[in-house]
Amino acid sequence: MPTFYGTEVTSRLMLGTAQYPSPAVLAEAFRRSGAGIATVSVRREAGGDQAGQDFWALIRDLGVAVLPNTAGCYSVREAVTTAQMARELFDTNWIKLEVIGHADTLQPDPFGLVDAAAQLAEDGFEVFPYCTEDLVLCERLVEIGCKVLMPWGAPIGTGLGLNNIYGLRSLRAHFPDIPLVVDAGLGLPSQAAHAMELGYDAVLLNTAVAKAGDPAAMAQAFGLAVEAGALAAHADPMDARDMAAPSTPVFGKALL
Amino acid sequence: MRIIVNGEAQETGAPTLAALLDELGKGEAKVATSVNEGFVPKQQRADHSLNEGDRVEIVAPRQGG
Repeated sequence: MPTFYGTEVTSRLMLGTAQYPSPAVLAEAFRRSGAGIATVSVRREAGGDQAGQDFWALIRDLGVAVLPNTAGCYSVREAVTTAQMARELFDTNWIKLEVIGHADTLQPDPFGLVDAAAQLAEDGFEVFPYCTEDLVLCERLVEIGCKVLMPWGAPIGTGLGLNNIYGLRSLRAHFPDIPLVVDAGLGLPSQAAHAMELGYDAVLLNTAVAKAGDPAAMAQAFGLAVEAGALAAHADPMDARDMAAPSTPVFGKALL
Repeated sequence: MRIIVNGEAQETGAPTLAALLDELGKGEAKVATSVNEGFVPKQQRADHSLNEGDRVEIVAPRQGG
């Protein structure tokens, strides 16, 4: 199983906690998928509102590792302050760092991401950067202390799958020893299996499960898919070829 | 004095951030705070004086992807 900043996790599936029809369905999705990490956020809590406290009790009961995010942050300062608040709230140095650069695609801002990651790494955070598959960006992130990279598969919430398979494959080849996680854009378990077959260590998703008609069943399907994909990746897949090659022996065929 | 709490203007007599949280019934709640876009750790809230026009953010754990 993948190891993130010295902590071995129990599953290759990292699951978001937003958009489920109910807290009970969320809990069931985690139970059936075996996901080992839950992503969470920090948001304003109004006057007598107890939603945050209730949510925290639910997450604690899941018994999984918690990865807070800086979702929705467009500036370095916003992201850094959000990360600092999240560290205190969730009592973890882990932070899924999002610095968004474009409102329509929710594409990471690579310049702000490197700046924020450097500040946070300096401050003792263990940064999980939500990034693109750009090799130069990823090199910079590793240089400033990131020990895991989380390139997008496709824009958040689109379900388009792996948009740049060549880029993801290149990244894997370029960083053989850095844990790599496809984060965002997955819509189907087959896409998660494909990410694992490319040699990725884990996938992180939310909408594909939470917005399925049966989220718990879909979560289980993703859990099975990442295991199947990882097993295949380690089983040394055959090389593809253009021309057919019979699998049934030619020798011994009756002459009719 | 008049301050902004989570984007809403309000009157408060609280001299410090800790006193404001008590006033809002969140003294014991699992929340994190910032003032004027800078993080204020829990152990510094009692010493952090509030001033007219301060922008206070109070956040709690929430669902995320």
